[in-house]
Amino acid sequence: MRLFNIILGVAVVGPLGFFGIKEIIADPVYFLELFLGGLTRGSIYALIALGYTMVYGIIQLINFAHGEIYMIGAMTALIVASVLGLWGWNSAVIVILAIVFAIVYSCAYGFTVEKIAYKPLRTAPRLSALISAIGMSLFLQNYVMLAQTPEFMPFESLIPDFQFWEPFAHIITAVEMTIIVTTVITMILLGMLIKFTKIGKAMRATAQDKIMASLVGINVNRVISTTFVVGSATAAIGGVLIACHVGQVNFFIGFLAGLKAFIAAVLGGIGSIPGAVLGSLVLGISESMFTGYFWSEYEDVFAFTILVIILIFRPSGILGKDEISKV
Amino acid sequence: MEPILNVKNLTMNFGGLKALDDITLAVEKGQIAALIGPNGAGKTTFFNCITGIYEPTEGNVKITPPGKPTQKLQGLKTNLVTEKGLARTFQNIRLFEGMTVLENVMIGRHCRLKSGIIGAMLKPSSQKKEEKQAVVDSYEILEKIGLAQYVNEMAVNLPYGAQRRLEIARALATEPFLLLLDEPAAGMNPQETKELDDLIIWLRDNEDLSILLIEHDMKLVMSLSDNIHVVDYGRKIAEGTPEEIKSNPDVIKAYLGDESEDA
Amino acid sequence: MVTKKEIKLSFVIALWFMVLTFPIMVIKVNTIKHIVIFRWENLLWTGIVCFFASLIWNYLLRIKEEKKKSDTKDDIPIVHRLLQNEKFRIPFLAAICLFAIAYPFVFSMYHTSILISALIYVMLGLGLNIVVGLAGLLDLGYVAFYAVGAYAYALLNLHFGISFWVVLPISALLGTIFGTLLGYPVLRLRGDYLAIVTLGFGEIIRIILENWDELGNGPRGIGNIPAPSFFGHQFNQHNSVIYIYFVVIALVLLTIFFVNRLENSRIGRAWIALRDDEIACEAMGIDKFKTKLTAFALGATWAALGGVVFAAKTSFINPMSFTIWESITILCVVVIGGMGSAIGVIAGALVLILLPEYLRAVAEYRMLVFGALQVIVMVFKPEGLIRSIRKTYKFEKTKE
Ligand SMILES: Nc1ncnc2c1ncn2[C@@H]1O[C@H](COP(=O)(O)OP(=O)(O)OP(=O)(O)O)[C@@H](O)[C@H]1O
Ligand SMILES: [Mg+2]
Repeated sequence: MRLFNIILGVAVVGPLGFFGIKEIIADPVYFLELFLGGLTRGSIYALIALGYTMVYGIIQLINFAHGEIYMIGAMTALIVASVLGLWGWNSAVIVILAIVFAIVYSCAYGFTVEKIAYKPLRTAPRLSALISAIGMSLFLQNYVMLAQTPEFMPFESLIPDFQFWEPFAHIITAVEMTIIVTTVITMILLGMLIKFTKIGKAMRATAQDKIMASLVGINVNRVISTTFVVGSATAAIGGVLIACHVGQVNFFIGFLAGLKAFIAAVLGGIGSIPGAVLGSLVLGISESMFTGYFWSEYEDVFAFTILVIILIFRPSGILGKDEISKV
Repeated sequence: MEPILNVKNLTMNFGGLKALDDITLAVEKGQIAALIGPNGAGKTTFFNCITGIYEPTEGNVKITPPGKPTQKLQGLKTNLVTEKGLARTFQNIRLFEGMTVLENVMIGRHCRLKSGIIGAMLKPSSQKKEEKQAVVDSYEILEKIGLAQYVNEMAVNLPYGAQRRLEIARALATEPFLLLLDEPAAGMNPQETKELDDLIIWLRDNEDLSILLIEHDMKLVMSLSDNIHVVDYGRKIAEGTPEEIKSNPDVIKAYLGDESEDA
Repeated sequence: MVTKKEIKLSFVIALWFMVLTFPIMVIKVNTIKHIVIFRWENLLWTGIVCFFASLIWNYLLRIKEEKKKSDTKDDIPIVHRLLQNEKFRIPFLAAICLFAIAYPFVFSMYHTSILISALIYVMLGLGLNIVVGLAGLLDLGYVAFYAVGAYAYALLNLHFGISFWVVLPISALLGTIFGTLLGYPVLRLRGDYLAIVTLGFGEIIRIILENWDELGNGPRGIGNIPAPSFFGHQFNQHNSVIYIYFVVIALVLLTIFFVNRLENSRIGRAWIALRDDEIACEAMGIDKFKTKLTAFALGATWAALGGVVFAAKTSFINPMSFTIWESITILCVVVIGGMGSAIGVIAGALVLILLPEYLRAVAEYRMLVFGALQVIVMVFKPEGLIRSIRKTYKFEKTKE
């Protein structure tokens, strides 16, 4: 089996590597563009994937409504920015307020969703919670669609278009640069939150063993709420950034983004925070290469194919550990 | 004669934790053997390892079913272990909640029956007969165990003691030669424990079964067992008849503090 | 009944929701025309609705807790009790039969056609019920197999002129094959990954259909799919609807017949046991993987059958008929009707599909309500509209 895996690996990676090197030499700028595009895309996935992986780590639930939280973040930013823009506020103030509102509202939605749809099902069979999550996701999508519009709404970029020095200016845009930098900063802050703060330690303890955690005096309900809130905050940042990047928003953007981010989380090893980041970057970059060099119509098919392959050959993901569930 | 269960050097690691450390243990045919030890000693883990629920890090497990050659057990999937004739109950009761008592037992019959999906849809006469027989057999088991009054109740609605007995009934339905009981008396009142005691002896004498049980109730263990194995921190520290175990200094030391009054 | 504390709490919750929904419910921006409208009346409505919703929610939660403590046995749902009653059962079933037979002759083609759609959902619901309700496997890509069936009929008919009745078994086989192929790698894994992979698979099938022009004309779809023939005889349009109606009725009856048998068979019991406790199931000698695979593949088979009927009924299919919404709708039918309960699923399909058809005014809120219902059902009544009951057996005492 091991030998088979190695042969398979070489058979796949070999030609790809050969092809890759050939292409890079032929057109290095194009390659670089794709790479940076993938990095941007991966950064967004990472911001969303964190929420999935943290929630999964703590309550072993795929939070299907997480994509919708991200969408609500983007929506809120759009609405706030439009209103303030019409009122003629200063554009810097608008940027800051839009982002702040997006984060605050996403957090509030994440918090509320957990209280309504998941908390009453803490001890119920897993299937029940999963169905409840799907119901919540469906509800939020339709709520936004009915209250706003089913159409795409153009989103005027909040990020000022500054110029880089040549030769970077024509391979990376200001928005892309902002996305990458923001993601890095968010990751560092999150890492510090989890490593050094009290609540971060409580989160890690709860993820390991809920009962033990509550025995040593950790308020598990509060930890779970916090996890949802933190995950929602990073998703909101992702939502605002992607809206700036793509330039439009509608009620359905959370579906695919959420799905891809989940795939990224599984790819990296669900439950593992560094795994989620790594998985997102790998998925983003490889997707970008695939669409750049092969078929762009089958972008989503590619992501799912990766998911299935990962699940077959390494279900615990790149950084995940194999855990034996207690009987 | 070969022991019907022969475990050699069984080791199980969970990350850094050695839940089982080089356990060697044998159960003879017709024996009631007990596996005892303080909480967290690794008793349940031992069951999980031989029934294929965990994959042990090291060691080997052999069985010699009555009238059959000796064979290896490790590496087999749980359901195949059961097919070979080892059946178990669970410490934390794991009944099928959405089913009636009778159906719970019929699930135990599953691996001894054949009908497949096409058979279920078309119901040829062979399948009808098999199904009827399964119902009758399962009911007989319930009568033996003393649960016949509950046949059509949902399993969750049973009183606690009856649920534990239903676990035993369900295990019996798989036609085992060795029954593994994980704390069958946990949570039972003295009356129920007494009945359980009788039941286990009855099973050995009338059903041609050997039994390996994990139990914390020392009175039960001492009165029932032919042979007792003691584990502590994953290591086997003693083995012998109830009398020998009672006076074994290592055992007393291991139990001192938490359950010394029983031992 | 309702304490003062609860009223206060509900008041706070209503306020919370007013703030929470403010940007989305109250503000409406038109980013093209640069207009902002404030819909203050929505704020008021949100407050009022949330206040009462919260009162009811907390009240129901309390009832649920009390019920759990007092462990009263739930009584058998009235539908089951009526059906078990010999005196009632025969006239009841006869009445349903009569109604079903008379329906297409009494009501117009439009109504018949709507009922056909609902009946197709009954079929799909019963099929998905095997997967989700009995075996406990969350399949979010059920529509993919439905598409397989529909396209199988459309394409086989287009290219080879194969008729409905011949395609029916072929597509069933195709459904089984696709189900097995997808289930094989995925069913070994932790249960909840299945939800994601099936969701992805459903999307993949749709994307492929949309982009692969040579296969099925991409988004333009395939038209002129013939209705089923009756021993070579093709009906005119009106009669053909009636004919399809009876074909669907027959298929639904067949489905009910099989599902009923399966539920109380060796395999059916193994599915339920697997849903309740996988580990105990394996310890009872059940091959987990094989059992899951049979449920998954059988569900896929049923979806493919439904697809053939759908294609024959609409005579035109394109990828838009096979979106994720379709999968979710079928899931709602099963979940809200009652997981594992055939009667529940039938009732669920009829209510959830017919009601929005006739209440056009609220039809756009359909998915919103479905979503909310899924959460509410899971929280308060996980057994659904009509709970399933298990078969009981009678014995004479053989001992004593
Ligand atoms: N899947 C697992 N992963 C990690 N550790 C485990 C796992 N299963 C068991 N353990 C650990 O192995 C040790 C032995 O556990 P086990 O359940 O076998 O004890 P036991 O003797 O049955 O105790 P008790 O009398 O309480 O039932 C414990 O420290 C337990 O935490
Ligand atoms: Mg134990």
